[in-house]
Amino acid sequence: MSRTLFEKIWDAHVVTQEPDSPAVLYIDLHLVHEVTSPQAFTGLRSRGLKVRRPERTVATMDHGIPTTPLDVPIADQLAAHQIKTLETNTSEFGVRLYGMHSEHRGIVHVIGPELGFTQPGMTIVCGDSHTSTHGAFGALAFGIGTSEVEMVLATQCLLQRKPKTCEVRVDGQLAAGVSSKDIILALIAKIGVGGGTGYVFEYTGSAIRGLTMEQRMTICNMSIEGGARAGMIAPDDATIEYVAGREFAPKGAAWDAAIARWRGLPSDDGATYDSSIVLDAAALEPMITYGTNPGMGMRITERVPDPANLGDANQKLALEKALNYMDLRPGQPLLGKKVDVVFIGSCTNSRISDLRLAAGLLKGRKVADGLRVMVVPGSQDVKKQAEQEGLDTVFKEAGAEWREAGCSMCIAMNGDQLQPGQYAVSTSNRNFEGRQGKGGRTFLASPLTAAATALTGTITDVRTLI
Amino acid sequence: MAQFTTLSARQVALPINDIDTDQIIPAQFLKVTDKNGLGQVVFHSWRFLEDGSPNPDFVLNQPVAQGAQILLAGDNFGCGSSREHAPWALTGFGFRAVISTSFADIFRNNALKNGLLPVVVDAPTHQMLFDLAEEAPQATLNIDLPSQTLTLPGGETVSFPIDGFNKACLLNGTDEIGYVLGFEAQIKAFEARNF
Repeated sequence: MSRTLFEKIWDAHVVTQEPDSPAVLYIDLHLVHEVTSPQAFTGLRSRGLKVRRPERTVATMDHGIPTTPLDVPIADQLAAHQIKTLETNTSEFGVRLYGMHSEHRGIVHVIGPELGFTQPGMTIVCGDSHTSTHGAFGALAFGIGTSEVEMVLATQCLLQRKPKTCEVRVDGQLAAGVSSKDIILALIAKIGVGGGTGYVFEYTGSAIRGLTMEQRMTICNMSIEGGARAGMIAPDDATIEYVAGREFAPKGAAWDAAIARWRGLPSDDGATYDSSIVLDAAALEPMITYGTNPGMGMRITERVPDPANLGDANQKLALEKALNYMDLRPGQPLLGKKVDVVFIGSCTNSRISDLRLAAGLLKGRKVADGLRVMVVPGSQDVKKQAEQEGLDTVFKEAGAEWREAGCSMCIAMNGDQLQPGQYAVSTSNRNFEGRQGKGGRTFLASPLTAAATALTGTITDVRTLI
Repeated sequence: MAQFTTLSARQVALPINDIDTDQIIPAQFLKVTDKNGLGQVVFHSWRFLEDGSPNPDFVLNQPVAQGAQILLAGDNFGCGSSREHAPWALTGFGFRAVISTSFADIFRNNALKNGLLPVVVDAPTHQMLFDLAEEAPQATLNIDLPSQTLTLPGGETVSFPIDGFNKACLLNGTDEIGYVLGFEAQIKAFEARNF
């Protein structure tokens, strides 16, 4: 019987399932960070349990960590305590930690793939909704809560009902200046932030096949912003080439066996999905959000929608509330809108290819007067690579800040944040009220749009600069 | 695990769609290493003014919210991050159930693990409840998990869906980790087969 990529991975990981009960699903890789794990370790300790599979558990600190050099103590006492707690917990329970001073430290969804932990066919979880990122490798990867973190630490399993599947087919060729971030922002604008609830997305089609692994990660990363806990892309040559040779990738005979397994993962001909969505890549333009959730997005050349044109009373109210928070008027264009900050970073867009794109535009130019431009690499390895390529010099000479790795202003837990009322163009994943700092206003966009905006100080269509 | 069987309580209405977990509990309050005290900062950005004083216009600061144990929210409640701090903050405030037309997947799972019942109703019932919140803010709703029913003050009863396993866990206070630990032999066999 024909099966989808998701079904193959699901079937291969069901340990057992009692009648009328959820499946006990085996978890191959558990990623852990400082914010959603302390209470789970406390629970483990109070039960007198060990971490069942420490070798399948990988920890790092990313959310609360400063992006200034770490040679001085962390000023925020709460953040410092939380980071210290992760050090204590991982040490006590024998879990591998990429700690404060590790050269491989970084955002958990950047370092997992980078170090070769993330592999096709795996089940991967983390107490973080952007775990969907790892689905780019043909893995089933999704975010979990802290109670579930405790369950996985204790049992290496999760209780799960089988979700429904949705094929998101994207065919055609992207135009110049349009990137994978625009594909996912266009999808979420089309389906809304709850459109994928209950589903796992599988992205298919020629436009997806044509993307690099880093571009694929950007798409899968934001699946959760459309409500889908997981987004997946079938592994192919690009996937295998990316994983090959990484520190924790299989080696020798195990590598050959792994490739043979991975080649069997793509959905079979004739496999069916519970639902489907189609996007035409050629028709896409650079996207930007105007509101307070990632579904409130539009083509950058469009005008802010008018609540009066919405039939549904609740949607009307939501849009009015969002425009009020954003201090935007119906019918207003966003092109030319002055911003205060440009943030290039986050688990969505902080990898080397994102930084290369941004640096390509900024090279030999200056960022606009009075504008704060922050460039935050996704990991210390990305930072090192960028510095070897001289990208740091490009950013610094342009007048941008070149910082240490971390989640930074995407979640604004570490002091990197907007001031009330400020506007930012951000390559991150959420434009919720206050997400980047209380009272801050976020426009989500691609690294190209962010870099173009950095040059002019106003929201800019990158196609006018290339 | 926290139990839930029946609840007889007043509701407080937040007629906003897509309330995300950043609104329920902003990231600045995630730097904790326990689960306590988050009820004081639930909906912090909406609940408190710039100077830290309570925002009198926000419903949780109004007398109607005192003692209310049911939150009536707009569509797609709890979208966004996986932070379990969201149900910890809601239960910390005193909520024991949230009513909406839909819930984000991760939030729903997290809520169930903390004895916070997600009650899904259809659009007409949803509207009827919002109307009730306006007209009779002191009205008591009855939630009966064994029969999966929600009863309005006038006696109208609507049923709500819930996964049978989740229902049993809530009724019995089942420890889910204990349940999975009970499959040790199967887990061992799985590992032996695959690794």
